Amino acid sequence: MLGSTLLLALREIRRHILRSILTTLGIIIGVAAVVTMVTVGNGVTASVQDQISSLGASNFIVFPVRTDRGTIRPFDEIDVRAVEQQIAGVTIAAGNVASSATAFYNGQDWDTRVQGVNNAFLEAQSIAVEEGRPFNQDEELAGKNVCLLGVKVREAIFVPGTSPVGARMRLGGISCMVIGVIEERGQGGNGADNDDAVYMPLKTVQRRFKGNDKLDYFVVKYDEGYVPSAIQDSLVDLLRERRLLQDAEPNDFNVIDTAQVNQALGAATGALTAMVAVIASISLLVGGIGIMNIMLVSVTERTREIGIRLAIGALAREVRLQFLTEAVALCALGGLVGIGLGFGASIGLAALIEVPFVFDPVINIISFVFAAGMGIVFGYYPASRASQLDPIDALRHE
Amino acid sequence: MSEEPLIQMEGITKTFGNGAAAFQALKGIDLTIMRGEFVAIMGPSGSGKSTTMNILGCLDVPTDGVFRFRGVEVQKLDRDQRSLLRRRYLGFVFQGFNLLARTTALENVELPLLYRGEKKVQRRAAALHALDQVGLVPWASHNPSELSGGQQQRVAIARALVTQPDVLLADEPTGNLDSERSVEIMELLRRLNREGITVLMVTHEEEMASYAKTIVRFRDGLVDRIERGGRVLAQESGQA
Repeated sequence: MLGSTLLLALREIRRHILRSILTTLGIIIGVAAVVTMVTVGNGVTASVQDQISSLGASNFIVFPVRTDRGTIRPFDEIDVRAVEQQIAGVTIAAGNVASSATAFYNGQDWDTRVQGVNNAFLEAQSIAVEEGRPFNQDEELAGKNVCLLGVKVREAIFVPGTSPVGARMRLGGISCMVIGVIEERGQGGNGADNDDAVYMPLKTVQRRFKGNDKLDYFVVKYDEGYVPSAIQDSLVDLLRERRLLQDAEPNDFNVIDTAQVNQALGAATGALTAMVAVIASISLLVGGIGIMNIMLVSVTERTREIGIRLAIGALAREVRLQFLTEAVALCALGGLVGIGLGFGASIGLAALIEVPFVFDPVINIISFVFAAGMGIVFGYYPASRASQLDPIDALRHE
Repeated sequence: MSEEPLIQMEGITKTFGNGAAAFQALKGIDLTIMRGEFVAIMGPSGSGKSTTMNILGCLDVPTDGVFRFRGVEVQKLDRDQRSLLRRRYLGFVFQGFNLLARTTALENVELPLLYRGEKKVQRRAAALHALDQVGLVPWASHNPSELSGGQQQRVAIARALVTQPDVLLADEPTGNLDSERSVEIMELLRRLNREGITVLMVTHEEEMASYAKTIVRFRDGLVDRIERGGRVLAQESGQA
């Protein structure tokens, strides 16, 4: 019975295909909007989280900024040591300096970035050495010509299947010994590829590539048992003091708290989701009223049919089921079309704003079920009206 | 051998509207119909024949009086119970054919079986058998718009027959047909009656009524005369 009722409903929808499409437009748009926004929203979240994770596992990232005075005053290793030693709770403070260089080996060359770091930095950012070994103290203190390769660099200039460890390659103007390979880290934020890098001891890069003892930035990691804001306050106070800033002067450096960025992102995503939910609800409400309207029209148009059905012995609930099925089928089809449209729009939009396409089956299922539910809510009244018709009047209806 | 009557109406009245606008369509009908009858109900417009037909067809209930169908007091049943009664025991044929448009003859005939919850294979077989009874098997896959009026009415009769009902109710079955098609339909109804089905028919054409075994004449909401084989059986009462 239900099977043939559904078939009948689908046939009725096909008969009025244009009307059906126009009627379900509200639901189609509502569902498509929800699916698109949630999917793209997921993509944005994933993209930003990716960027945040590319900042590393540290708690704070500290870098100098330009102030009214117009100059940038970089930090140096002494600042970093002061932070590590003088602020309670800080477990690691480690600097980074980078330069671009071309790597050569065995006739192959590759343009990449040289990251000057010490083991403490690798540890703070949870960067693991996959093959070979990290730097030793001697190499760090003396600024020796040893390097760790990112997987991209290894692929670019070393023969696949051979170990680069122990090889001597050329990097810019210097020669260095490969002592290990860094694990694959994936795409970072701002299009930077974390795997396209060569790591050398901090001092080596400062001396051989930069010619000074400055840092680009440094990272700070603290013990989970301490209050983050207190540590941040001490950090700022200490750095202001070291940089001899007057009370009236603004900070000439920035401290990024990765936890705070995460929280802010969560809040922004939540607000966006709420806004989409409101827009979608309005669209779906309007769509639902459209469904109710067209179902009432349909009941009026088919009064005679209803009369025939009642006369040959259809029960009130059987007539109601028929029209309810039709409304639900209409809405469910609208939901499916909306999901399809949303799918296409998400792929397009994700590509346009350059975020990953993150398919979320849950939102698709929820949208579909919700759309079908609209059929029940807005189809019930017209269906009930159909079922309550008097067979004699209905048969006489022209 | 005294058999229980199929249909018994006792003191049936029907009033439409209320207060000053009230109109009494039936003013006390007594009518008994046995199994195997072929009854033609006649009378001028407004004499109450259609109202009586609606009550006989369990589509409507009397305002007062007792209507027994197969011994069941129909006026005590609710809407759905009357629907079940129609579904099991009654077949309807209307003046306007009332087939579902854009639905094949076969599907139209299958419709009552759908509400009985019968399987598709059984529905198809029964519908084809009913179409065979009215000689329309070759037209099974045609839509009503592709059929002549006479053919449409035969499809409607097949639909009424498909459930093997006790009673076939026909409301002006030839009203929309020319005389040749009308005769065909009446011959068909007579044949079905001979095969055992009780036929109740409303008509205003004497020629069509002559096919019936019994003619019940209405006037002003009352049974005026009952005739059988040219003899008047009763006047102002109802024994058929």
